[in-house]
Amino acid sequence: MTSAMKLLIVEDDREAAAYVVKAFAEAGHVADHAADGVDAYELATGQTYDVLVVDRMLPKLDGLSLIGRLRAEGAKTPVLILSALGQVDDRVQGLRAGGDDYLTKPYAFAELLARVEALSRRGGPAATETVYRIGELELDRLSHTVTRGGQDIPLQPREFRLLEYLMRNAGQVVTRTMLLENVWDYHFDPQTNVIDVHVSRLRSKIDKGFDKPLLHTVRGAGYMIRDGAR
Amino acid sequence: MTALGKLLRTTAFKLALAYLTVFAALSMVVLGYVAWHANALLAGQLNATVNAEITGLAEQYRQGGIRKLVAVVDERSNRSPSGTLYLLTTYSGEVLAGNVVAAPAASLAEAGEREIPYQRTGETATAPYPAVVRVFLLPGGYRLMVGRDTEERERLSGVIANAVQWSLALVIVLGLAGGVFVARRVLKRLDAMTETSRTIMAGDLSGRLVVTGSDDEFDRLAQATNAMLDRINELMAGLKEVSDNIAHDLKTPLTRLRNRAEAALRDARSEEDWQTAMEQVIAESDGMIRIFNALLLIARAESGGARGQLAEVDLAEIARGVAELYEPLADERGARLTAHAPQAVPVLGNRELIGQLAANLVENALNYGAPDGGGEVHVAATADGGEARLIVADRGPGIPPEDRHRAMERFVRLDTSRSQPGSGLGLALAAAVSRLYGGSLALEDNAPGLRAVVTLPRAAQAVLAPAETKRLPPAEPLAAE
Repeated sequence: MTSAMKLLIVEDDREAAAYVVKAFAEAGHVADHAADGVDAYELATGQTYDVLVVDRMLPKLDGLSLIGRLRAEGAKTPVLILSALGQVDDRVQGLRAGGDDYLTKPYAFAELLARVEALSRRGGPAATETVYRIGELELDRLSHTVTRGGQDIPLQPREFRLLEYLMRNAGQVVTRTMLLENVWDYHFDPQTNVIDVHVSRLRSKIDKGFDKPLLHTVRGAGYMIRDGAR
Repeated sequence: MTALGKLLRTTAFKLALAYLTVFAALSMVVLGYVAWHANALLAGQLNATVNAEITGLAEQYRQGGIRKLVAVVDERSNRSPSGTLYLLTTYSGEVLAGNVVAAPAASLAEAGEREIPYQRTGETATAPYPAVVRVFLLPGGYRLMVGRDTEERERLSGVIANAVQWSLALVIVLGLAGGVFVARRVLKRLDAMTETSRTIMAGDLSGRLVVTGSDDEFDRLAQATNAMLDRINELMAGLKEVSDNIAHDLKTPLTRLRNRAEAALRDARSEEDWQTAMEQVIAESDGMIRIFNALLLIARAESGGARGQLAEVDLAEIARGVAELYEPLADERGARLTAHAPQAVPVLGNRELIGQLAANLVENALNYGAPDGGGEVHVAATADGGEARLIVADRGPGIPPEDRHRAMERFVRLDTSRSQPGSGLGLALAAAVSRLYGGSLALEDNAPGLRAVVTLPRAAQAVLAPAETKRLPPAEPLAAE
């Protein structure tokens, strides 16, 4: 688990905000709440946050303008935009305004948590490492080889990217849509369990024949790769 | 607005007025030209007459001298009134013969042609008339003047002027009357059309404009408007059907959701029961969110609102990518999923939407076209001239021709038992996205099986390059206030 994050939740609906703040607290993080764009601006410029979670439609100063202002002042804090506007154009607009990720309402909290954690780690040490290690599993990003216990595991290119993404976020939950977006670069919602099948194929390659499983399914959320002994 | 004011403001009347002005000006020009020519003609004739007289009289003088001339002039002067004027004088102005009161001496001093006022002998009470005369100097100082009254010429001018006035008046009166007549006719039909439009706007969509059958411009307008009204009617009916469907297909899962929650409240005993029930409730609401998103996307695509930034998308890359994405799933179900897209097939669109389109077709083929424990699904991207095609073919039961069109409508599920998962929106969305980028979706017979063919306009490389580079320009920072 990563260390506790400090978050700012910008959301005008009090009930939704209270739920999210509480859920983040239960997950071990600290979350402040701002109910409008101006409050959020003051909080975000006065304190240091790991991630901002910003609703698009806000009183006084809308979400995109808030992000634009913060970015114009050089703030680099990662921002996740939460919005009911979920069409392709809306997301492009949000990312162009300076958002780092975009999640459409209604959403599963597990999805929000996983994405916020991924954002807080972005640019962390894992991004520059050339070799990822989880227990006896080793992935070399330069030579594109995977070994477990010194044993070579041949992977298809897409399986390699899938494992690479999972290992970069080792110890963290990664959701199915995150996988589809980051490994396949598609932003749609498949009606079938297509991602699960890919993961179970990968699992059969890296975990089969070893007594300690590394790739775990997190019920109701997604997948996580971790060394169970740790 | 008074009835007259309304009439005068009509386009038809204004047009009539404009025509009237042009026509009046034109007739003035024509009449003026005629008058000028007639005048010149008459003047020429006058001169010719006078010249002939003078030649004749000069002949007489040569033969019989002044005495003969006096006699002839005398005789001609006393002939029943003729238009010709004669005057023969001595060098001092003494009248020897003629039918004119002595003209001013100055006018007789020199030979040549001029215009002078005259009075006939015995008519001195009246004002002098104008005449064109020619003076001839004879040996011995005699002066012979022969002329012609110009009254005829003047009378003609008068007649022409009269004609001009009358015809002008007539043109104006007839033109105005015609204008009013045409404007009233037009106004009457337009008023009828406006009246019908008002009732239609008030909500009675069954109203139609009257078509007289004369096939004039009003009939054509009425026909076009009626066709438009028919189309609006159709769309309204379609909208109603869609909202009915939405109500039905959203209420069904909503009812299930409610039932599950109720059942859990009533029956759940253990922690595990609660857990299962809540998971079912969440799964059910996720399904509804999915339906909702698909509906919104279809609606946006159909209104053209989801076009967004067009960029070059390689249909072949999408075909291969989607096949690769679904291959393990097909494999798990015992089906074979293959792709054939060796060459780049560029189209203009949005990669996500076209990716979703391809995924929907493949999912559809896997769900309905690959029966348990077998089946083959083939994905291909081809380019043919200006057309790019994405083909997803299966070897399943296919769709009978009469159902193919219906299968692409929202919420239509041909599997009436609804035993397969799905919302009935997959093909509708694929069709909407195809139309959004200027293409179409066709369902064909794969003999056996179903062949879904998406046809899109192929992008030309030259057009593509700039579109690609202008995708996602840098964010514009907001000016600090």
